[in-house]
Amino acid sequence: MVDTVFEIAANREIAKNTYEMVLSGETGDIRPGQFVNLKLEGFYLRRPISVCDYGEDSLTLIYKVVGRGTRYMSGLCKGAKIDALIGLGNGYDTSVSGGRPLLIGGGAGVPPMYALAKKLISEGKNPAVILGFNTKDEVFYEEEFRALGLDTYVTTTDGSYGIRGFVTDAMDMLPLRGDPTSPLPLPAGAGRAERKSYSYFYTCGPEPMLRAVYDKSVTSGQFSFEERMGCGFGACMGCTCRTKYGHKRICKDGPVLVKEEIVW
Amino acid sequence: MVNTKVALSGLVLDNPVIPASGTFGYGHEFAELYDINILGSFSFKGTTREPRFGNEPPRIAETASGMLNAVGLQNPGIDRVIGEELPKLRKVFHKPVVANISGFSVDEYAQCCERIDKEEQVGLIEVNISCPNVHRGGMSFGTSPESAAQVTKAVKAVTKKPVYMKLSPNVTDIAAIAKACEEAGADGISLINTLMGMRIDLKKRAPVIKNVTGGLSGPAVFPVALRMVWQVYEAVKIPIIGMGGVTTAEDVIEMMLAGATAVEVGAANLVDPFASKKIVEELPYVMERLHIENLTDIIGGAHNG
Repeated sequence: MVDTVFEIAANREIAKNTYEMVLSGETGDIRPGQFVNLKLEGFYLRRPISVCDYGEDSLTLIYKVVGRGTRYMSGLCKGAKIDALIGLGNGYDTSVSGGRPLLIGGGAGVPPMYALAKKLISEGKNPAVILGFNTKDEVFYEEEFRALGLDTYVTTTDGSYGIRGFVTDAMDMLPLRGDPTSPLPLPAGAGRAERKSYSYFYTCGPEPMLRAVYDKSVTSGQFSFEERMGCGFGACMGCTCRTKYGHKRICKDGPVLVKEEIVW
Repeated sequence: MVNTKVALSGLVLDNPVIPASGTFGYGHEFAELYDINILGSFSFKGTTREPRFGNEPPRIAETASGMLNAVGLQNPGIDRVIGEELPKLRKVFHKPVVANISGFSVDEYAQCCERIDKEEQVGLIEVNISCPNVHRGGMSFGTSPESAAQVTKAVKAVTKKPVYMKLSPNVTDIAAIAKACEEAGADGISLINTLMGMRIDLKKRAPVIKNVTGGLSGPAVFPVALRMVWQVYEAVKIPIIGMGGVTTAEDVIEMMLAGATAVEVGAANLVDPFASKKIVEELPYVMERLHIENLTDIIGGAHNG
């Protein structure tokens, strides 16, 4: 964790009630799936926001306006300074992804998938991406994911854009290993059970979606959770959850938990 | 050169700044950020006989100039605190620590304190009879002079370490409770714990916190805490550890003028992990500016007028 003062380089609405904020300043050591905790003028507690993208001297956050704090953030202008604790949380472990990981983001859970996708690509992997939204107006970053050269599926609950339904419906549509449209060849002598369409998965989104992905998934995977936090760095025990591996603080031991340890 | 040293029942602290229980864990999250040996001491996470998960989430809500928490005494239990946390702590913190102990029966308080009495690194026991977030025990011992005295006596019987009773502000006459603790043998008083409050989510039309109520802390409670330190100082002769919304070195001075010998810093650590460090570093400058040479000279200093 590092305390940094950033300058806002851009802050614009990219979809309905959804903003992209670019911060410039020293970023240090950040991993995909980590979050930052922003100090906002006039608000006592910081606001935890997941990291969408990062470079050596810039950080991109995407946030949805859901309350007074995020409303205030949406009004901040280019040039304004913002105090942030960065490098919070465990982040995703990419070492276990296999060659064809599946990234599943829903709504405000889409942003962390972007930095993760870039990291996986840099490691020579070929992720597929499913992005879920409620409706067409809320869709964002489809082009950004496609620009990375990834197979990208977009779902909307009301069917106003892309595949009608939930992210789990798109999971059904992925080409199975060995199918003509799949980048994955079928190993010689492989049985039906080995024709999985993905090698591993990573997901972030609202809890009902995470549960549905949990039930649908056929491999191991990692889930990023949200909880109301006090401090964001493990001191206050405000965001503790139960796991099969004991009590964990979402902010410090999470936000990423592996499928095998989750207790719903 | 100013002198920031203070003494709590013979325990000399380099300065009066003590991160408060529940905002500093067992020290490790902060030891990663700065050398916590610059602190006067710190009060570790409220510990009970049995391990506790605490309350179901959400446990946290924001308020104007403060926050509510209903963590509910999550802790690994006294055995693991003694067996694992204190040995780990010894490596990063070389001063006596304040052991914050909570319980659900008089026996439990006594048993925990008897165990902690044997721990060399514990300089002082802060007995929490004021947690507002558990449904039996906790605050119920701190809301009547009789039960507060009962816990005090039971704890004093099993330990030679200084015993400070941590009181609840959710009472009509805090001075009477402090006095009862003093008469029962307490070495000092620690106050205030959080004020009971709540928030409602407008969209869900339901309490934000699963426990419904939580404890209010942060700058919002500072004037209430200051008033109660003042009242308790007038009522007892034993030293007071003052706390509640302390955020700056000036707040520390103000608490001491009201009657505190040492001061705990709570919620401020959660919004700025360097808050206690900044207060320790600013304190000498603020003392110089206010022409304070020895910090002990100002304890209760506002009562003389």
